[in-house]
Amino acid sequence: MERKTPVFTAFVYVCALLLAAVILAPLAWLFVMSISPAADLAAKPLRWWPQAADFSRYAQLLSTAENSAGAAFTSSLRNSLEVAGMATLAAIVLAVPAGWAVSRTPSVGWSLSMVIATYMLPPVALSVPLYMGLSWLGLLNNVFGLALIYLTILAPFTTWLMKSGFDSIPREIEAAAMIDGAGLLQTWRIITLPLAAPVVATSALFAVLLAWDEFFYALLFTSDQRAKTLTVAIADLAGGRVSDYGLIATAGVLAALPPVLIGLVMQRALISGLTSGGVKG
Amino acid sequence: MSGTWMTTRAWLLMLPLLVIMVAVIGWPLVDTVRLSFTDAQLVGTAGNYVGFDNYTKMLTSSNFTRTLSTTTWFAVVSVAAEMVLGVLAALLLNQEFRGRAVLRGLMILPWALPTVVNATLWRLIYNPEYGALNAALTQLHLIDNYRSWLGEPGTALAALIVADCWKNFPLVALIALAALQAVPRDITAAALVDGAGPFNRFRFVILPYLAGPLMVALVLRTIEAFKVFDIIWVMTRGGPANSTRSLSILVYQEAFSFQRAGSGASLALIVTLLVTVLAVAYATLVRKTAGSAT
Repeated sequence: MERKTPVFTAFVYVCALLLAAVILAPLAWLFVMSISPAADLAAKPLRWWPQAADFSRYAQLLSTAENSAGAAFTSSLRNSLEVAGMATLAAIVLAVPAGWAVSRTPSVGWSLSMVIATYMLPPVALSVPLYMGLSWLGLLNNVFGLALIYLTILAPFTTWLMKSGFDSIPREIEAAAMIDGAGLLQTWRIITLPLAAPVVATSALFAVLLAWDEFFYALLFTSDQRAKTLTVAIADLAGGRVSDYGLIATAGVLAALPPVLIGLVMQRALISGLTSGGVKG
Repeated sequence: MSGTWMTTRAWLLMLPLLVIMVAVIGWPLVDTVRLSFTDAQLVGTAGNYVGFDNYTKMLTSSNFTRTLSTTTWFAVVSVAAEMVLGVLAALLLNQEFRGRAVLRGLMILPWALPTVVNATLWRLIYNPEYGALNAALTQLHLIDNYRSWLGEPGTALAALIVADCWKNFPLVALIALAALQAVPRDITAAALVDGAGPFNRFRFVILPYLAGPLMVALVLRTIEAFKVFDIIWVMTRGGPANSTRSLSILVYQEAFSFQRAGSGASLALIVTLLVTVLAVAYATLVRKTAGSAT
Protein backbone atom coordinates (compact mmCIF):
# COMPACT_ATOMS: atom_id res chain seq x y z
CA MET A 1 0.00 0.00 0.00
CA GLU A 2 0.92 3.59 -0.58
CA ARG A 3 2.17 5.36 2.52
CA LYS A 4 -0.18 8.21 3.32
CA THR A 5 1.60 11.40 4.29
CA PRO A 6 -0.02 13.50 7.05
CA VAL A 7 -0.52 16.28 4.50
CA PHE A 8 -2.49 13.91 2.27
CA THR A 9 -4.59 12.70 5.19
CA ALA A 10 -5.37 16.28 6.18
CA PHE A 11 -6.27 17.06 2.56
CA VAL A 12 -8.71 14.12 2.50
CA TYR A 13 -10.42 15.30 5.68
CA VAL A 14 -10.71 18.88 4.42
CA CYS A 15 -12.27 17.66 1.17
CA ALA A 16 -14.63 15.34 3.06
CA LEU A 17 -15.81 18.21 5.27
CA LEU A 18 -16.26 20.40 2.22
CA LEU A 19 -18.33 17.74 0.45
CA ALA A 20 -20.47 17.18 3.53
CA ALA A 21 -21.07 20.94 3.79
CA VAL A 22 -22.02 21.22 0.11
CA ILE A 23 -24.54 18.40 0.47
CA LEU A 24 -25.96 19.39 3.84
CA ALA A 25 -26.02 23.20 3.80
CA PRO A 26 -28.96 23.66 1.36
CA LEU A 27 -30.95 20.90 3.08
CA ALA A 28 -30.27 22.27 6.55
CA TRP A 29 -31.28 25.73 5.37
CA LEU A 30 -34.59 24.39 4.06
CA PHE A 31 -35.32 22.98 7.51
CA VAL A 32 -34.14 26.12 9.35
CA MET A 33 -36.39 28.26 7.14
CA SER A 34 -39.33 26.05 8.02
CA ILE A 35 -38.92 26.66 11.76
CA SER A 36 -37.77 30.30 11.71
CA PRO A 37 -40.24 33.06 12.60
CA ALA A 38 -41.16 35.10 9.53
CA ALA A 39 -39.45 38.17 11.01
CA ASP A 40 -36.12 36.30 11.22
CA LEU A 41 -36.29 35.32 7.54
CA ALA A 42 -36.98 38.90 6.48
CA ALA A 43 -34.30 40.39 8.75
CA LYS A 44 -31.27 42.15 7.30
CA PRO A 45 -28.68 40.96 8.04
CA LEU A 46 -30.38 37.58 7.76
CA ARG A 47 -30.70 35.61 10.98
CA TRP A 48 -29.19 32.19 10.24
CA TRP A 49 -30.54 30.55 13.36
CA PRO A 50 -34.05 31.17 14.74
CA GLN A 51 -34.30 32.85 18.12
CA ALA A 52 -37.00 30.34 18.98
CA ALA A 53 -37.92 27.28 16.95
CA ASP A 54 -41.41 27.67 15.57
CA PHE A 55 -43.10 24.49 14.38
CA SER A 56 -46.51 26.09 13.91
CA ARG A 57 -46.28 25.98 10.10
CA TYR A 58 -46.23 22.19 10.20
CA ALA A 59 -49.50 22.21 12.14
CA GLN A 60 -50.86 24.84 9.76
CA LEU A 61 -50.11 22.76 6.63
CA LEU A 62 -51.31 19.48 8.11
CA SER A 63 -54.62 20.89 9.33
CA THR A 64 -57.65 20.06 7.26
CA ALA A 65 -59.70 23.16 8.15
CA GLU A 66 -61.63 24.28 5.09
CA ASN A 67 -60.19 26.96 2.76
CA SER A 68 -56.92 27.08 4.69
CA ALA A 69 -53.45 26.59 3.23
CA GLY A 70 -53.62 23.26 5.01
CA ALA A 71 -56.67 22.07 3.06
CA ALA A 72 -54.90 22.55 -0.28
CA PHE A 73 -51.76 20.90 1.05
CA THR A 74 -53.38 17.88 2.67
CA SER A 75 -55.56 17.19 -0.35
CA SER A 76 -52.50 17.28 -2.62
CA LEU A 77 -50.70 14.99 -0.18
CA ARG A 78 -53.59 12.54 -0.38
CA ASN A 79 -53.67 12.78 -4.19
CA SER A 80 -49.94 12.11 -4.40
CA LEU A 81 -50.28 9.07 -2.16
CA GLU A 82 -53.22 7.74 -4.18
CA VAL A 83 -51.63 8.30 -7.58
CA ALA A 84 -48.25 6.90 -6.52
CA GLY A 85 -49.91 3.90 -4.87
CA MET A 86 -52.19 3.02 -7.77
CA ALA A 87 -49.55 3.59 -10.46
CA THR A 88 -46.98 1.51 -8.54
CA LEU A 89 -49.40 -1.34 -7.97
CA ALA A 90 -50.39 -1.39 -11.65
CA ALA A 91 -46.77 -1.16 -12.80
CA ILE A 92 -45.77 -4.15 -10.64
CA VAL A 93 -48.75 -6.21 -11.81
CA LEU A 94 -47.69 -5.55 -15.42
CA ALA A 95 -43.96 -5.91 -14.77
CA VAL A 96 -43.82 -9.26 -12.94
CA PRO A 97 -45.20 -11.50 -15.72
CA ALA A 98 -43.55 -9.46 -18.48
CA GLY A 99 -40.17 -9.38 -16.72
CA TRP A 100 -40.34 -13.12 -16.10
CA ALA A 101 -41.30 -13.84 -19.70
CA VAL A 102 -38.34 -11.87 -21.08
CA SER A 103 -35.96 -13.40 -18.56
CA ARG A 104 -36.97 -16.98 -19.40
CA THR A 105 -37.63 -16.50 -23.13
CA PRO A 106 -34.91 -14.16 -24.44
CA SER A 107 -36.29 -14.38 -27.99
CA VAL A 108 -39.06 -11.92 -27.04
CA GLY A 109 -36.55 -9.55 -25.42
CA TRP A 110 -36.62 -7.09 -28.31
CA SER A 111 -40.11 -6.01 -27.34
CA LEU A 112 -38.86 -5.03 -23.88
CA SER A 113 -35.95 -3.16 -25.48
CA MET A 114 -38.48 -1.18 -27.48
CA VAL A 115 -40.49 -0.41 -24.36
CA ILE A 116 -37.33 0.74 -22.57
CA ALA A 117 -36.22 2.85 -25.54
CA THR A 118 -39.33 5.00 -24.98
CA TYR A 119 -37.35 6.46 -22.08
CA MET A 120 -35.73 8.71 -24.67
CA LEU A 121 -39.07 10.26 -25.62
CA PRO A 122 -39.55 13.65 -24.05
CA PRO A 123 -42.96 13.71 -22.31
CA VAL A 124 -43.87 16.69 -24.50
CA ALA A 125 -43.92 14.32 -27.49
CA LEU A 126 -46.87 12.46 -25.97
CA SER A 127 -48.56 15.23 -24.04
CA VAL A 128 -50.93 16.67 -26.65
CA PRO A 129 -52.68 13.39 -27.63
CA LEU A 130 -52.66 12.27 -23.99
CA TYR A 131 -54.39 15.51 -23.04
CA MET A 132 -56.98 15.10 -25.76
CA GLY A 133 -57.45 11.40 -24.92
CA LEU A 134 -57.92 12.03 -21.19
CA SER A 135 -60.30 14.84 -21.99
CA TRP A 136 -62.33 12.53 -24.25
CA LEU A 137 -62.45 9.87 -21.52
CA GLY A 138 -63.42 12.47 -18.92
CA LEU A 139 -60.26 11.63 -16.97
CA LEU A 140 -58.67 15.07 -16.87
CA ASN A 141 -58.16 16.32 -13.32
CA ASN A 142 -58.66 12.77 -12.06
CA VAL A 143 -56.30 10.65 -9.96
CA PHE A 144 -57.10 7.48 -11.96
CA GLY A 145 -56.29 9.23 -15.22
CA LEU A 146 -53.01 10.56 -13.84
CA ALA A 147 -52.04 7.14 -12.45
CA LEU A 148 -52.69 5.61 -15.88
CA ILE A 149 -50.41 8.19 -17.52
CA TYR A 150 -47.70 7.54 -14.93
CA LEU A 151 -47.44 4.00 -16.28
CA THR A 152 -45.58 5.53 -19.26
CA ILE A 153 -42.73 6.19 -16.81
CA LEU A 154 -43.13 3.46 -14.20
CA ALA A 155 -43.93 0.34 -16.22
CA PRO A 156 -40.82 0.24 -18.49
CA PHE A 157 -38.55 0.88 -15.53
CA THR A 158 -40.07 -1.71 -13.20
CA THR A 159 -40.19 -4.34 -15.98
CA TRP A 160 -36.51 -3.83 -16.64
CA LEU A 161 -35.70 -4.16 -12.91
CA MET A 162 -37.87 -7.27 -12.58
CA LYS A 163 -36.22 -8.85 -15.62
CA SER A 164 -32.74 -8.41 -14.09
CA GLY A 165 -34.14 -9.76 -10.82
CA PHE A 166 -35.53 -12.92 -12.44
CA ASP A 167 -32.25 -13.35 -14.34
CA SER A 168 -30.49 -13.98 -11.03
CA ILE A 169 -32.93 -16.75 -10.00
CA PRO A 170 -31.69 -20.02 -11.52
CA ARG A 171 -34.30 -21.50 -13.82
CA GLU A 172 -33.25 -24.99 -12.66
CA ILE A 173 -35.14 -24.41 -9.40
CA GLU A 174 -38.31 -23.70 -11.38
CA ALA A 175 -37.69 -26.66 -13.67
CA ALA A 176 -37.39 -28.95 -10.64
CA ALA A 177 -40.77 -27.82 -9.33
CA MET A 178 -42.36 -28.32 -12.73
CA ILE A 179 -40.96 -31.82 -13.04
CA ASP A 180 -42.56 -32.54 -9.68
CA GLY A 181 -45.86 -31.68 -11.32
CA ALA A 182 -46.36 -28.03 -10.34
CA GLY A 183 -48.06 -25.80 -12.93
CA LEU A 184 -46.77 -22.38 -13.89
CA LEU A 185 -48.89 -20.45 -11.39
CA GLN A 186 -48.04 -22.90 -8.61
CA THR A 187 -44.33 -22.68 -9.43
CA TRP A 188 -44.53 -18.90 -9.25
CA ARG A 189 -46.39 -18.95 -5.97
CA ILE A 190 -44.15 -21.47 -4.24
CA ILE A 191 -40.73 -20.86 -5.81
CA THR A 192 -40.28 -17.80 -8.01
CA LEU A 193 -42.19 -15.03 -6.27
CA PRO A 194 -40.83 -15.69 -2.77
CA LEU A 195 -37.30 -15.63 -4.21
CA ALA A 196 -38.09 -12.48 -6.20
CA ALA A 197 -39.74 -10.67 -3.28
CA PRO A 198 -36.75 -8.39 -2.57
CA VAL A 199 -36.61 -7.32 -6.23
CA VAL A 200 -40.35 -6.69 -6.27
CA ALA A 201 -39.93 -4.51 -3.17
CA THR A 202 -37.03 -2.54 -4.68
CA SER A 203 -38.90 -2.04 -7.95
CA ALA A 204 -41.98 -0.86 -6.08
CA LEU A 205 -39.94 1.64 -4.06
CA PHE A 206 -38.31 3.00 -7.22
CA ALA A 207 -41.75 3.31 -8.78
CA VAL A 208 -43.09 5.20 -5.76
CA LEU A 209 -40.13 7.58 -5.89
CA LEU A 210 -40.63 8.22 -9.61
CA ALA A 211 -44.36 8.85 -9.20
CA TRP A 212 -43.83 11.07 -6.15
CA ASP A 213 -41.29 13.14 -8.12
CA GLU A 214 -43.36 13.54 -11.30
CA PHE A 215 -44.36 17.10 -12.18
CA PHE A 216 -44.89 17.65 -15.91
CA TYR A 217 -47.95 15.44 -16.49
CA ALA A 218 -49.44 16.45 -13.14
CA LEU A 219 -49.08 20.11 -14.11
CA LEU A 220 -50.83 19.50 -17.44
CA PHE A 221 -53.56 17.10 -16.44
CA THR A 222 -54.73 18.33 -13.02
CA SER A 223 -56.33 21.63 -12.16
CA ASP A 224 -57.74 21.63 -8.63
CA GLN A 225 -57.77 19.92 -5.24
CA ARG A 226 -59.50 16.85 -6.61
CA ALA A 227 -56.34 15.68 -8.37
CA LYS A 228 -53.46 18.16 -7.94
CA THR A 229 -50.40 16.37 -6.60
CA LEU A 230 -47.84 17.61 -4.10
CA THR A 231 -45.32 18.66 -6.72
CA VAL A 232 -47.90 20.91 -8.40
CA ALA A 233 -49.08 22.28 -5.05
CA ILE A 234 -45.50 23.18 -4.12
CA ALA A 235 -44.83 24.79 -7.48
CA ASP A 236 -48.02 26.82 -6.95
CA LEU A 237 -46.77 27.93 -3.54
CA ALA A 238 -43.30 28.78 -4.86
CA GLY A 239 -44.66 30.72 -7.83
CA GLY A 240 -47.54 32.36 -6.02
CA ARG A 241 -47.74 35.39 -3.82
CA VAL A 242 -47.06 33.66 -0.53
CA SER A 243 -45.35 36.19 1.67
CA ASP A 244 -44.15 33.69 4.26
CA TYR A 245 -41.16 31.88 2.75
CA GLY A 246 -41.08 29.64 5.79
CA LEU A 247 -44.40 28.14 4.72
CA ILE A 248 -42.99 27.22 1.29
CA ALA A 249 -39.97 25.66 3.00
CA THR A 250 -42.24 23.68 5.32
CA ALA A 251 -44.19 22.28 2.37
CA GLY A 252 -40.84 21.33 0.81
CA VAL A 253 -39.67 19.53 3.95
CA LEU A 254 -42.93 17.58 4.22
CA ALA A 255 -42.86 16.58 0.54
CA ALA A 256 -39.21 15.57 0.75
CA LEU A 257 -39.57 13.53 3.93
CA PRO A 258 -41.03 10.30 2.48
CA PRO A 259 -38.55 9.91 -0.43
CA VAL A 260 -35.59 10.95 1.73
CA LEU A 261 -36.53 8.40 4.40
CA ILE A 262 -36.98 5.72 1.72
CA GLY A 263 -33.60 6.72 0.30
CA LEU A 264 -31.81 6.48 3.64
CA VAL A 265 -33.43 3.23 4.78
CA MET A 266 -33.17 1.48 1.42
CA GLN A 267 -29.77 2.93 0.56
CA ARG A 268 -28.02 -0.33 -0.21
CA ALA A 269 -30.79 -1.71 -2.42
CA LEU A 270 -31.34 1.59 -4.21
CA ILE A 271 -27.65 2.13 -4.92
CA SER A 272 -27.20 -1.38 -6.27
CA GLY A 273 -30.31 -0.88 -8.42
CA LEU A 274 -29.05 2.49 -9.66
CA THR A 275 -25.53 1.36 -10.36
CA SER A 276 -26.30 -2.06 -11.82
CA GLY A 277 -27.60 -0.28 -14.89
CA GLY A 278 -24.48 1.85 -14.99
CA VAL A 279 -21.95 -0.88 -14.35
CA LYS A 280 -23.44 -3.60 -16.50
CA GLY A 281 -24.20 -1.16 -19.30
CA MET B 1 -41.93 -28.20 -23.52
CA SER B 2 -41.78 -27.04 -27.10
CA GLY B 3 -40.13 -23.80 -28.16
CA THR B 4 -43.22 -22.44 -29.90
CA TRP B 5 -45.34 -22.89 -26.78
CA MET B 6 -42.64 -21.14 -24.71
CA THR B 7 -42.65 -18.20 -27.12
CA THR B 8 -46.44 -18.02 -27.26
CA ARG B 9 -46.62 -18.14 -23.48
CA ALA B 10 -44.01 -15.37 -23.22
CA TRP B 11 -46.06 -13.15 -25.52
CA LEU B 12 -49.22 -13.87 -23.54
CA LEU B 13 -47.45 -12.89 -20.31
CA MET B 14 -46.20 -9.69 -21.92
CA LEU B 15 -49.55 -8.84 -23.45
CA PRO B 16 -50.94 -6.69 -20.61
CA LEU B 17 -47.78 -4.57 -20.52
CA LEU B 18 -47.67 -4.22 -24.30
CA VAL B 19 -51.35 -3.28 -24.54
CA ILE B 20 -50.92 -0.53 -21.94
CA MET B 21 -47.70 0.71 -23.55
CA VAL B 22 -49.39 0.93 -26.95
CA ALA B 23 -52.28 2.83 -25.36
CA VAL B 24 -50.25 5.38 -23.41
CA ILE B 25 -47.07 5.65 -25.54
CA GLY B 26 -47.52 4.10 -28.99
CA TRP B 27 -50.85 5.65 -29.91
CA PRO B 28 -50.02 9.14 -28.56
CA LEU B 29 -46.73 9.14 -30.46
CA VAL B 30 -48.44 8.21 -33.74
CA ASP B 31 -51.13 10.80 -33.08
CA THR B 32 -48.49 13.45 -32.39
CA VAL B 33 -47.04 12.70 -35.84
CA ARG B 34 -50.51 13.08 -37.38
CA LEU B 35 -51.18 16.33 -35.52
CA SER B 36 -47.84 17.78 -36.58
CA PHE B 37 -49.10 17.92 -40.17
CA THR B 38 -52.29 19.78 -39.22
CA ASP B 39 -53.23 23.20 -37.89
CA ALA B 40 -55.26 21.62 -35.05
CA GLN B 41 -56.00 23.61 -31.90
CA LEU B 42 -55.77 22.02 -28.46
CA VAL B 43 -59.50 22.42 -27.88
CA GLY B 44 -62.18 22.46 -30.56
CA THR B 45 -61.22 22.31 -34.24
CA ALA B 46 -59.74 19.05 -35.49
CA GLY B 47 -57.54 20.94 -37.96
CA ASN B 48 -56.72 20.61 -41.64
CA TYR B 49 -53.76 18.96 -43.33
CA VAL B 50 -51.06 21.58 -43.88
CA GLY B 51 -48.10 19.45 -45.00
CA PHE B 52 -44.72 20.46 -43.64
CA ASP B 53 -45.81 24.03 -42.86
CA ASN B 54 -45.47 23.59 -39.08
CA TYR B 55 -41.98 22.14 -39.44
CA THR B 56 -40.66 24.89 -41.70
CA LYS B 57 -42.27 27.54 -39.50
CA MET B 58 -40.79 26.11 -36.33
CA LEU B 59 -37.32 25.34 -37.70
CA THR B 60 -36.90 28.83 -39.15
CA SER B 61 -38.24 30.74 -36.14
CA SER B 62 -35.67 32.62 -34.09
CA ASN B 63 -37.43 31.30 -30.98
CA PHE B 64 -36.43 27.76 -31.91
CA THR B 65 -32.77 28.44 -32.71
CA ARG B 66 -32.34 30.51 -29.57
CA THR B 67 -34.06 27.91 -27.39
CA LEU B 68 -31.99 25.13 -28.95
CA SER B 69 -28.78 26.92 -28.08
CA THR B 70 -29.99 27.65 -24.52
CA THR B 71 -30.90 23.99 -24.03
CA THR B 72 -27.60 22.78 -25.49
CA TRP B 73 -25.66 25.16 -23.26
CA PHE B 74 -27.62 24.01 -20.19
CA ALA B 75 -27.10 20.34 -21.06
CA VAL B 76 -23.40 20.57 -21.91
CA VAL B 77 -22.35 22.70 -18.94
CA SER B 78 -24.44 20.99 -16.28
CA VAL B 79 -23.61 17.44 -17.43
CA ALA B 80 -19.89 18.22 -17.77
CA ALA B 81 -19.83 19.75 -14.30
CA GLU B 82 -21.75 16.80 -12.86
CA MET B 83 -19.30 14.33 -14.40
CA VAL B 84 -16.20 16.15 -13.10
CA LEU B 85 -17.65 16.77 -9.62
CA GLY B 86 -19.05 13.24 -9.49
CA VAL B 87 -15.71 11.58 -10.31
CA LEU B 88 -13.83 13.82 -7.87
CA ALA B 89 -16.33 13.02 -5.12
CA ALA B 90 -16.08 9.30 -5.93
CA LEU B 91 -12.27 9.38 -5.74
CA LEU B 92 -12.60 11.06 -2.34
CA LEU B 93 -15.19 8.56 -1.09
CA ASN B 94 -12.90 5.72 -2.17
CA GLN B 95 -10.19 6.94 0.24
CA GLU B 96 -10.13 5.68 3.80
CA PHE B 97 -11.20 8.19 6.42
CA ARG B 98 -13.36 8.28 9.51
CA GLY B 99 -17.00 9.03 8.74
CA ARG B 100 -16.74 7.70 5.20
CA ALA B 101 -19.82 5.48 5.53
CA VAL B 102 -21.89 8.43 6.78
CA LEU B 103 -20.72 10.68 3.95
CA ARG B 104 -21.53 7.98 1.39
CA GLY B 105 -24.98 7.77 2.93
CA LEU B 106 -25.48 11.54 2.65
CA MET B 107 -24.90 11.38 -1.09
CA ILE B 108 -28.31 9.78 -1.55
CA LEU B 109 -30.08 12.85 -0.12
CA PRO B 110 -29.95 15.26 -3.11
CA TRP B 111 -30.90 12.41 -5.41
CA ALA B 112 -33.91 11.48 -3.23
CA LEU B 113 -35.08 15.09 -2.88
CA PRO B 114 -37.99 15.64 -5.32
CA THR B 115 -36.96 17.81 -8.29
CA VAL B 116 -39.68 20.34 -7.57
CA VAL B 117 -38.60 20.65 -3.93
CA ASN B 118 -35.00 21.13 -5.09
CA ALA B 119 -36.09 23.86 -7.50
CA THR B 120 -38.17 25.54 -4.78
CA LEU B 121 -35.29 25.35 -2.31
CA TRP B 122 -32.86 27.04 -4.72
CA ARG B 123 -35.46 29.60 -5.69
CA LEU B 124 -35.65 30.56 -2.03
CA ILE B 125 -31.84 30.61 -1.74
CA TYR B 126 -31.60 32.94 -4.77
CA ASN B 127 -34.46 35.18 -3.59
CA PRO B 128 -33.59 38.81 -4.46
CA GLU B 129 -34.86 40.29 -1.19
CA TYR B 130 -34.43 37.67 1.52
CA GLY B 131 -32.37 34.91 -0.09
CA ALA B 132 -29.57 33.12 1.71
CA LEU B 133 -27.11 33.59 -1.16
CA ASN B 134 -27.48 37.36 -1.09
CA ALA B 135 -27.25 37.38 2.70
CA ALA B 136 -24.14 35.19 2.76
CA LEU B 137 -22.31 37.09 0.02
CA THR B 138 -23.15 40.44 1.60
CA GLN B 139 -22.09 39.34 5.06
CA LEU B 140 -18.80 38.10 3.58
CA HIS B 141 -18.47 41.48 1.79
CA LEU B 142 -18.26 39.80 -1.61
CA ILE B 143 -21.13 41.87 -3.01
CA ASP B 144 -22.39 45.28 -1.90
CA ASN B 145 -26.03 45.05 -2.87
CA TYR B 146 -28.57 42.25 -3.05
CA ARG B 147 -28.93 40.92 -6.58
CA SER B 148 -31.76 39.24 -8.43
CA TRP B 149 -29.93 36.06 -9.45
CA LEU B 150 -32.89 34.55 -11.25
CA GLY B 151 -34.20 37.88 -12.47
CA GLU B 152 -31.26 38.90 -14.64
CA PRO B 153 -30.62 37.21 -18.00
CA GLY B 154 -26.89 37.23 -17.27
CA THR B 155 -27.06 35.04 -14.16
CA ALA B 156 -30.34 33.10 -14.38
CA LEU B 157 -29.08 30.19 -16.48
CA ALA B 158 -25.91 29.82 -14.42
CA ALA B 159 -28.00 29.82 -11.23
CA LEU B 160 -30.20 27.07 -12.69
CA ILE B 161 -27.17 25.01 -13.67
CA VAL B 162 -25.79 25.19 -10.11
CA ALA B 163 -29.12 23.96 -8.72
CA ASP B 164 -29.26 21.13 -11.26
CA CYS B 165 -25.66 20.08 -10.57
CA TRP B 166 -26.18 20.01 -6.82
CA LYS B 167 -29.03 17.53 -7.26
CA ASN B 168 -27.40 15.32 -9.85
CA PHE B 169 -23.64 15.08 -9.24
CA PRO B 170 -24.12 12.76 -6.22
CA LEU B 171 -25.72 10.16 -8.50
CA VAL B 172 -22.71 10.27 -10.83
CA ALA B 173 -20.50 9.98 -7.75
CA LEU B 174 -22.34 6.86 -6.56
CA ILE B 175 -22.07 5.23 -9.99
CA ALA B 176 -18.37 6.11 -10.25
CA LEU B 177 -17.75 4.89 -6.70
CA ALA B 178 -19.30 1.50 -7.50
CA ALA B 179 -16.98 1.25 -10.51
CA LEU B 180 -13.93 2.29 -8.47
CA GLN B 181 -14.65 -0.42 -5.93
CA ALA B 182 -14.45 -2.94 -8.77
CA VAL B 183 -10.81 -1.99 -9.56
CA PRO B 184 -8.68 -4.89 -8.28
CA ARG B 185 -6.30 -3.80 -5.51
CA ASP B 186 -3.30 -5.70 -6.88
CA ILE B 187 -3.47 -3.77 -10.16
CA THR B 188 -3.21 -0.37 -8.46
CA ALA B 189 -0.52 -1.80 -6.18
CA ALA B 190 1.45 -3.08 -9.19
CA ALA B 191 1.21 0.32 -10.92
CA LEU B 192 2.51 1.91 -7.74
CA VAL B 193 5.48 -0.51 -7.59
CA ASP B 194 6.21 0.28 -11.23
CA GLY B 195 6.53 3.92 -10.21
CA ALA B 196 3.40 5.36 -11.83
CA GLY B 197 2.48 8.80 -10.43
CA PRO B 198 -1.04 9.69 -9.28
CA PHE B 199 -2.05 11.15 -12.65
CA ASN B 200 -0.79 8.18 -14.66
CA ARG B 201 -2.40 5.76 -12.24
CA PHE B 202 -5.74 7.52 -12.73
CA ARG B 203 -5.36 7.79 -16.49
CA PHE B 204 -4.11 4.28 -17.27
CA VAL B 205 -5.19 2.08 -14.37
CA ILE B 206 -8.41 3.50 -12.94
CA LEU B 207 -10.01 5.32 -15.88
CA PRO B 208 -10.48 2.17 -18.02
CA TYR B 209 -12.65 0.74 -15.23
CA LEU B 210 -14.60 3.97 -14.93
CA ALA B 211 -15.10 4.58 -18.65
CA GLY B 212 -18.00 2.17 -19.27
CA PRO B 213 -20.21 3.12 -16.30
CA LEU B 214 -19.40 6.81 -16.74
CA MET B 215 -20.38 6.71 -20.41
CA VAL B 216 -23.75 5.23 -19.45
CA ALA B 217 -24.23 7.91 -16.80
CA LEU B 218 -23.21 10.54 -19.37
CA VAL B 219 -25.77 9.30 -21.90
CA LEU B 220 -28.62 9.15 -19.39
CA ARG B 221 -27.81 12.54 -17.87
CA THR B 222 -27.46 14.22 -21.29
CA ILE B 223 -30.82 12.89 -22.47
CA GLU B 224 -32.42 14.07 -19.22
CA ALA B 225 -30.76 17.48 -19.46
CA PHE B 226 -31.99 17.87 -23.04
CA LYS B 227 -35.55 17.10 -21.95
CA VAL B 228 -35.33 19.44 -18.93
CA PHE B 229 -38.61 21.03 -17.86
CA ASP B 230 -39.39 20.77 -14.12
CA ILE B 231 -36.51 22.63 -12.53
CA ILE B 232 -36.67 25.50 -15.04
CA TRP B 233 -40.44 25.78 -14.85
CA VAL B 234 -40.44 26.09 -11.06
CA MET B 235 -37.43 28.43 -10.84
CA THR B 236 -37.88 30.83 -13.77
CA ARG B 237 -40.64 29.59 -16.14
CA GLY B 238 -38.09 30.15 -18.90
CA GLY B 239 -37.54 33.81 -18.07
CA PRO B 240 -36.26 36.46 -17.68
CA ALA B 241 -36.70 37.53 -21.32
CA ASN B 242 -36.75 33.83 -22.31
CA SER B 243 -33.07 33.52 -21.34
CA THR B 244 -33.61 30.15 -19.61
CA ARG B 245 -36.27 28.71 -21.92
CA SER B 246 -35.62 25.05 -22.74
CA LEU B 247 -37.02 23.13 -25.72
CA SER B 248 -39.56 21.34 -23.52
CA ILE B 249 -40.80 24.66 -22.17
CA LEU B 250 -41.09 26.03 -25.70
CA VAL B 251 -43.24 23.04 -26.69
CA TYR B 252 -45.38 23.51 -23.58
CA GLN B 253 -45.94 27.17 -24.41
CA GLU B 254 -46.76 26.46 -28.05
CA ALA B 255 -49.12 23.53 -27.43
CA PHE B 256 -50.72 24.45 -24.11
CA SER B 257 -50.30 28.18 -23.45
CA PHE B 258 -51.08 29.18 -27.06
CA GLN B 259 -53.16 26.01 -27.62
CA ARG B 260 -51.57 25.44 -31.04
CA ALA B 261 -51.58 21.63 -30.92
CA GLY B 262 -50.38 21.20 -34.51
CA SER B 263 -47.24 23.32 -34.40
CA GLY B 264 -46.61 22.20 -30.81
CA ALA B 265 -46.64 18.60 -32.00
CA SER B 266 -44.18 19.32 -34.81
CA LEU B 267 -41.86 21.03 -32.35
CA ALA B 268 -42.15 18.09 -29.95
CA LEU B 269 -41.15 15.70 -32.74
CA ILE B 270 -38.16 17.84 -33.67
CA VAL B 271 -37.03 17.63 -30.04
CA THR B 272 -37.63 13.88 -30.01
CA LEU B 273 -35.55 13.49 -33.15
CA LEU B 274 -32.69 15.49 -31.63
CA VAL B 275 -32.72 13.37 -28.47
CA THR B 276 -32.84 10.17 -30.52
CA VAL B 277 -29.89 11.19 -32.70
CA LEU B 278 -27.98 12.11 -29.56
CA ALA B 279 -28.83 8.80 -27.91
CA VAL B 280 -27.86 6.70 -30.94
CA ALA B 281 -24.58 8.57 -31.35
CA TYR B 282 -23.84 8.03 -27.69
CA ALA B 283 -24.82 4.37 -27.78
CA THR B 284 -22.26 3.80 -30.54
CA LEU B 285 -19.68 5.62 -28.46
CA VAL B 286 -20.55 3.53 -25.38
CA ARG B 287 -20.11 0.30 -27.30
CA LYS B 288 -16.70 1.49 -28.50
CA THR B 289 -15.62 2.60 -25.03
CA ALA B 290 -16.79 -0.66 -23.51
CA GLY B 291 -14.90 -2.54 -26.23
CA SER B 292 -11.63 -0.69 -25.70
CA ALA B 293 -11.80 -0.83 -21.90
CA THR B 294 -11.97 -4.59 -21.64
